[in-house]
Amino acid sequence: MNTTRLIIVAVGGQGNLLASRVIGEAALLSDIDVRMSEIHGMAQRGGVVESSIVFGDAQSTVISNGEADVLLGFEPSETLRALNKCNLNTVVITNLAKLPSFTVTTGKSVYPDLDVLQELIRKKTAKLIAFDAASMAVKAGNILSVNMVLLGALIQTHTIPLSAKNVKEAIIKRTRKVFVDSNLKAFDLGFSAAQELG
Amino acid sequence: MHKLLAEHPGLKMLLLGNEAIARGAVEAGVAVATTYPGTPSSEISTNFFQISRESNLYFEYSTNEKVALEVAAATANSGVRSMCVMKHVGMNVAADVFMTLAYIGVKGGLVIVTADDPYMFSSQNEQDNRYYGKFSGLPVVEPSSVQEAKDMVAYAFEISEKLQQPVIFRTTTRINHSTAPVVFGEIKSAETSGDISKDPFNQVPVPAVARILHAKLLSKLETAENMSENSEYNFIMGNGAWGIICNGVSYNYVSDAAKDLNIEHLVKIFRIGFSHPMPGVMIKGFLKESEKVLIVEEGEPFMEETVKMLAQEEKLTLPILGKSQKYFSRLYEFDPALVRQSMATCFDVAYTPAKVPDLSDIPEIPERPPNLCAGCSHRATFYAVKKASEGMDTICPTDIGCYTLGFLPPLAMGDFLICMGASAGVSCGFSIKTNKKVISFIGDSTFFHSGIPGLINAVYNNHDFTMVILDNGTTAMTGHQPNPGVDMKKLNIDGYGMVSIEKIVRAVGVSHITVIRPYRVKKSIDAVKEALNFKGVSVVISKEICTLYARGLKKARGKPFFVSDKCKGHKDCINELACPAFFIEDNMVQIDPVMCSGCSVCAQICPEHAILPIRDT
Ligand code: SF4
Ligand code: SF4
Repeated sequence: MNTTRLIIVAVGGQGNLLASRVIGEAALLSDIDVRMSEIHGMAQRGGVVESSIVFGDAQSTVISNGEADVLLGFEPSETLRALNKCNLNTVVITNLAKLPSFTVTTGKSVYPDLDVLQELIRKKTAKLIAFDAASMAVKAGNILSVNMVLLGALIQTHTIPLSAKNVKEAIIKRTRKVFVDSNLKAFDLGFSAAQELG
Repeated sequence: MHKLLAEHPGLKMLLLGNEAIARGAVEAGVAVATTYPGTPSSEISTNFFQISRESNLYFEYSTNEKVALEVAAATANSGVRSMCVMKHVGMNVAADVFMTLAYIGVKGGLVIVTADDPYMFSSQNEQDNRYYGKFSGLPVVEPSSVQEAKDMVAYAFEISEKLQQPVIFRTTTRINHSTAPVVFGEIKSAETSGDISKDPFNQVPVPAVARILHAKLLSKLETAENMSENSEYNFIMGNGAWGIICNGVSYNYVSDAAKDLNIEHLVKIFRIGFSHPMPGVMIKGFLKESEKVLIVEEGEPFMEETVKMLAQEEKLTLPILGKSQKYFSRLYEFDPALVRQSMATCFDVAYTPAKVPDLSDIPEIPERPPNLCAGCSHRATFYAVKKASEGMDTICPTDIGCYTLGFLPPLAMGDFLICMGASAGVSCGFSIKTNKKVISFIGDSTFFHSGIPGLINAVYNNHDFTMVILDNGTTAMTGHQPNPGVDMKKLNIDGYGMVSIEKIVRAVGVSHITVIRPYRVKKSIDAVKEALNFKGVSVVISKEICTLYARGLKKARGKPFFVSDKCKGHKDCINELACPAFFIEDNMVQIDPVMCSGCSVCAQICPEHAILPIRDT
């Protein structure tokens, strides 16, 4: 089997570690080789969290610059920051709901313009799917399900070797019971959003 | 039941490297585990803590790594399998015990886990702890994968018991924080009852005994070398003429690169998993069958030095390449592309690196530095100290914990940092040879860990500084572990004592002691001022629970605050406090009610009294 390399970037607290866990669990269910690594030094204090997930025939758990096949960004400026992981063949999926850092909210630096940001990503990669995942999470009944919305979009692109069925099974297994329904709903909303944009 | 206690051999579970290590210990029948928490090792102990509450494992958070190793040294010498877990710099704290324990040895297995942190994701240095093996004469094993992180624990216990010596289990962050499916093995039931018989001529290393014990250590080292020669974790893959010697995660990058570069048939890869002592005979044979050898190891040229020495012994002149020829750096961690590139250059193979997009036209992306949480009590304390010391020429040694972040503007409290507990000792030094007012910061857990001797020194030698103890009732930075000052009964956990910081400080003989509640801003500033003006050693204990921890415990929180229309836009709150709950909208300061913990500090410093609690409607 070939290797697929997925990078997920997020801001601490956005639930990307749970998303990676679900992906890992789904891979296990489908008997697909998977290994991943996480850097979450000070996630709880608002820092950046990065997960690398490698599917298939490889032993490394780290993804070098320019070598991601897919980039899933939970926050637009963080997606932009992670462009150094991409190349001309990379598929990028990003949330467009901003989480401005403290320097921005207090007027000490400027948040990049969202249109410019999308234009830049489009120019430098194979494909960009961008939408507001936060409002979809709200629609699904839980603002914290942004991670599941994005997961849905990711699976729809067929860029990683996992089926929607296995991922949903992993969501049922891995996420807290009270949230399973809203998580599944969020997943479906993300899936159809990517379908429409794709 | 805790997932790591599952009895089914053959079960495949997705595990974090640190969970795999804990499972490995469970399978090996570990009876005692001790630790002082430290990233990237912390999750091993979090799991032990939970497991100990539903099995016969004895686990403790010890006050520091030295004590943790002393406890484990004694339980292992009572015959039961023991594990001691720490981050790499923790080994420096435990080194005194460690170096002589190598002479005394153990009866039951003792595995010491040291989690190194190349690139310093969450550490103050990137020392390579394999040298502790060489330094002490003890064996070192290192896994390359999450599965091995589990499997090699039982192996480490076996060698420890065969040699009757502690064994170092060395990991790096990319092992601790990687996740992969792991196949479970059988759980060996733990031998939990221990005893020690008196044997002073082997266990009390006075000089005459120590001389004998050192000789014994060296002979055990020879036995260890034989084990390393025959270890299943030192293996060779392939039979090409280009040799590669590698360890840990580098092995993964090397095997992937050999495939990617299509040179699998041309190389032979020697994976070293038992890295001290190195398998000399095997390596000599490997060198003789190679045209050229590349050594791939993160950190220091630990293997490179030994391999070159072995080549010299055999009068071999083949090129042995690595750090000394700059194929690799001693700095930071490796990644697949870096190793691929060096292999391609070394063996002269065609290789086109992936094209990183040209990012020169990307606008500047605002940084996202970690920040103290909204409502963090440390922010309140720093603010009080800053105000109290206005106009003074100060130097502020700080220490290790969340509060280290206080060094960032606008608080800018923290000018000098070395290691756990050092703030106390360096304050003594600064107070002798500078004319500055010395104000040091230390957290509760760090104070227990190693701040106390520095404070005693200060009183005894009559130094002049103010120590601010930031007592937030937990070890926040590493994930809210308890410490000796925590009332475990409040967490519904029985069987613990409790140590009062204030009583310690009093007993040490500090004559000016103040306890402040940092959310009471004006009172705190006044109290700190008084402490700063005191000549001699003064201590301010700032007591307030960590907000994030309190949230986790579902403690009742204060009502969130909002900025009313009385705001005149001075932005003092943002410019001096920088609580992350603030944001600016339409040029007006606002507070995010979800983030705000209701600490009320901003409301107290607003000159217009414009910040008010949100009232129920
Ligand atoms: S975890 Fe606790 S101590 Fe650390 S920054 Fe947050 S509130 Fe402060
Ligand atoms: S009361 Fe003020 S300082 Fe405290 S958390 Fe809320 S906004 Fe931050």
